[in-house]
Amino acid sequence: MHSLPRRLRALWIRLLGLSFTRPANDEITAELECHLQLHIDDNLRAGMTPQQARRHALIQLGGLEQARQTTRERSTLPWFEYLLQDLRFALRQLRKSPGFTVVVIITLALGIGVNTALFSIVNTVLLHPIAQPHPDELVAVDASKPNFERGSISYPNFRDWQKDNRSFAALAIFRHSGFLLTGTGDTERTHGEYITSDLFPLLGVKPMLGRLFAPGEDEIGRSPVVLIGEGFWARKFGSDPNVVGRAINLDGRAFTIIGVIPSSFDLNLGTFRAQDIYLPIGQWPNSALKLRGAGLGIHGIARLKPGVTLAQARADMNAVSDHLATIYPEDDHGLRASIRPLREAIVGYIQPILLVLLGAVGFVLLIACVNVANLLLARSNARAQEFAVRLALGASRTRIIRQLLTESTLLALAGGALGLLLAGWGTGVALKLVPAALPRASQIHLSPLVLFFTFLLSFAVGIFFGMLPAWRVAAQQPQNTLKEGGRGASSTRHRAQDWLVIFEMAAALVLLAGAGLMIRSLFALSRTDPGFQSKGLLTFSLSVPYSPATATAEGATAWVHEVDRRVASVPGVTAVSFIDGSIPMTGDDDEELFWLQNEPKPSDENDMHWALRYMVEPDYLKIMRIPLLRGRFFTDADRGKSPPVVVIDEDFAHQFFGDANPVGQTLNLTDPDQKATVIGVVGHIMQWGLDNDAGFPLHAQIYRSYAQVNDGDGIPASRFTSDLVVRAGHADTIFPDIQSALRQMNPKQVAYGAQTMDAVIADSLAARRFSMILLGAFAALALLLASVGLYGVISYLVGQRTQEMAIRMALGADRSNVLAWVMKRGATLAGIGVGVGTIAALLVTRLMAGISLAKSSLIYGVHPWDPLTMVGVIAILMCVALLACYVPARRAASVDPMRALRSE
Amino acid sequence: MADKTDVWQGTLALMVLKTLETMGPQHGYGIARRIEQTSGNLLSLNYGTLYPALLKLEQEGAIVSEWGMSDNNRKAKFYKLTRAGRKLLEREARSWQQATAIVERFLSPVEEA
Repeated sequence: MHSLPRRLRALWIRLLGLSFTRPANDEITAELECHLQLHIDDNLRAGMTPQQARRHALIQLGGLEQARQTTRERSTLPWFEYLLQDLRFALRQLRKSPGFTVVVIITLALGIGVNTALFSIVNTVLLHPIAQPHPDELVAVDASKPNFERGSISYPNFRDWQKDNRSFAALAIFRHSGFLLTGTGDTERTHGEYITSDLFPLLGVKPMLGRLFAPGEDEIGRSPVVLIGEGFWARKFGSDPNVVGRAINLDGRAFTIIGVIPSSFDLNLGTFRAQDIYLPIGQWPNSALKLRGAGLGIHGIARLKPGVTLAQARADMNAVSDHLATIYPEDDHGLRASIRPLREAIVGYIQPILLVLLGAVGFVLLIACVNVANLLLARSNARAQEFAVRLALGASRTRIIRQLLTESTLLALAGGALGLLLAGWGTGVALKLVPAALPRASQIHLSPLVLFFTFLLSFAVGIFFGMLPAWRVAAQQPQNTLKEGGRGASSTRHRAQDWLVIFEMAAALVLLAGAGLMIRSLFALSRTDPGFQSKGLLTFSLSVPYSPATATAEGATAWVHEVDRRVASVPGVTAVSFIDGSIPMTGDDDEELFWLQNEPKPSDENDMHWALRYMVEPDYLKIMRIPLLRGRFFTDADRGKSPPVVVIDEDFAHQFFGDANPVGQTLNLTDPDQKATVIGVVGHIMQWGLDNDAGFPLHAQIYRSYAQVNDGDGIPASRFTSDLVVRAGHADTIFPDIQSALRQMNPKQVAYGAQTMDAVIADSLAARRFSMILLGAFAALALLLASVGLYGVISYLVGQRTQEMAIRMALGADRSNVLAWVMKRGATLAGIGVGVGTIAALLVTRLMAGISLAKSSLIYGVHPWDPLTMVGVIAILMCVALLACYVPARRAASVDPMRALRSE
Repeated sequence: MADKTDVWQGTLALMVLKTLETMGPQHGYGIARRIEQTSGNLLSLNYGTLYPALLKLEQEGAIVSEWGMSDNNRKAKFYKLTRAGRKLLEREARSWQQATAIVERFLSPVEEA
């Protein structure tokens, strides 16, 4: 009798029965009534008395009510009916106390939402930062040199590494570059990467059209070919399927398109980005490419052979580099391959921040759960009498527990749903704050796994704390509770609530302390003097294609002058200078190698002294507002034919000349080989960023005259690019005017990449600001939740003690006494929380100080136990806590004693 | 088995179906009496359990019900076998016979091979 269709049919009818409960009930009653009558009739006929007949019939039926009950249960689905009843009842109960309901739901939603949002980011960025297949085999490869932990790989070394290594399935290098695109629409500055043939295959990238670079096609002197990105293909060629074989003009040279790289390709490693164009590195028209000692900003990536560990690869590459150092001691002495997991190279810098934030958000979730637990505890305590009455009236304990379960589940579900919305929204907001270079930011999405986890957690919390008191109520004798008027057995529960509130306060304090220190760090950084005045500074790049007029030294010099004149004449611009080499704060660095007058010439470059090199025009000091400490700066007279001169910074002076006067001293420069006289000393500037400058080994700075260095060079056959820096009244808005002035001068030259120095500095602190904002938000959230918790406990207390307080007042207690009593109680809880929290905060901030961000600690310029911060956050916490107590305290104090007593 | 036997779970439905097949449309009380009589009054049937069983059969589509008048002019709910019910009866009867035959073999004296 168990065929499925029949059972389904029965189930369907029973489901329908739910909505027709009453008529079905009547029909069952009528049928049973008829049954009895028929039976009684028979019994009467058999000669029984009417009473006997009825009694006999009822016995045979097994009781009228029982029969009706069993039949009715068969006619519908009883468990489902109970569930509906429970749901209806739960909804009614929750509607009756909207404050409680809203607070619980919002608390849960915040906990779930915030946690899910942040974890979704962490999940994509930290746990899955690499979209390529088998990401664990990918490693970033650099050349470590005495001054550079991860320096540039020279092309000849790359070829030898590629040939000699036994650890890599493939090794590739790349170099970022910009190009002037001509002949395809307007002259345009495009971004590209010089790469080697193995790059795309080792990353598992396949062209959507055409082919990749063939092996050997990346060598010097091969025919000019180019791969283009899907976006560029769509923008410039309207996604023409016949684009392969066509040519584009880059820096005046024609390149044949051989394939299209899909836009799904994404890699964010060092300077490497998915770009519009990719060229074989052999096409780089840089004569230094062939030099083994050249540092050209080339970095590498490799895929380990299956089964090869990082340690094995390092040992192998050390052997390879050491061997090269014996063959080419002049260039490769002290140079080794540096290998680290690609994951670390991509997300290493942001990992500590995200982990700190994850810890913070864990606290928030914990506080949210505790809060919900607390509210549910308070509520079920308040309802102890209701349960007792229901038990006394014959409700089964399981039924009451099921009822509470339904209520908790309903709350958890509502909180979860709202949390989901919040998580979606929160992820979007967090992404806007995220440092721009966050890997795979575009791929960040809500992680269903995390959502499920947080939901389950809050669900479990809701159920557990919803059930716990119910269980206790159900287990105890209802008459006791009834006797005590619902106040019974609550002292232990008070204590549980007290502990929960203390915990919340302590956790909130820890978060506040962390956030406070982050704010103080950023504040300290914002007041750090970078050595120049960043406000009013604008940097940009200028590219000009080859023309015969500027190909001569005189032509080029004239061109530089004309650019200066045109830019300076833009209203608002006060001064302008070409700047080559290092550019402060941008991460662009360039070095001068030299030895001192009294030293013998070192045998190789790595034994020379290094200094950051800036090639600038005479107005540079005025533009940057760098102080001149000694001697003089460059003038227009410091040109090619005049004696070579340099200006050094105070750190250089201190490092190499000690207390002696450097002005008039001579240095041996290498690029080109010449002796130069020190003519002045200027203030040190922060090259490496406000927070990182102290962490970098290279501090000495040397200035050379732009005119002197470039004199004799015409503009090369491909094109010429340089950076400029201007001081202007409105640095953030003036760039379009500069652009049009330069276009007017020569429509083929392109000014691009404008950045105010303030923006550059802000960007360098983006990771800190991101963590400060989020940590601040989490701390505020924690504070809010903890206050709600405290408010709930105090309110509950006041509600329970209304009568007691009414009696006190009736006996002559002052209202202020009552107010003080309640406030004292709240302050005690908050105070203990602060005590515990302070100890915890001291431990946690100590930990935070140990976490470093690039080259400096997360906590910068302020002691991790900064008393001002601690006192500040304690004051904030206590103020908010007392405010949370004040509301119920006022209510307690404004009780009308007569009314309260009469209501008993 | 000195006293009356309780109706085993599951066999009640079979008895109801067979009763309806033999007697045609019948009300609950009639079915109950008939089952008792057929069993030779060996079966003690709690009449109350009959109604959930009837409801179940009706929900499964084996029988249909209709209000009508009993022999002694009382309003009663009559049950009638459907076509699906007839098929069900056939199937159930066969499987019941099979089951009893198997059990019978176990219980009967062992035949010499």
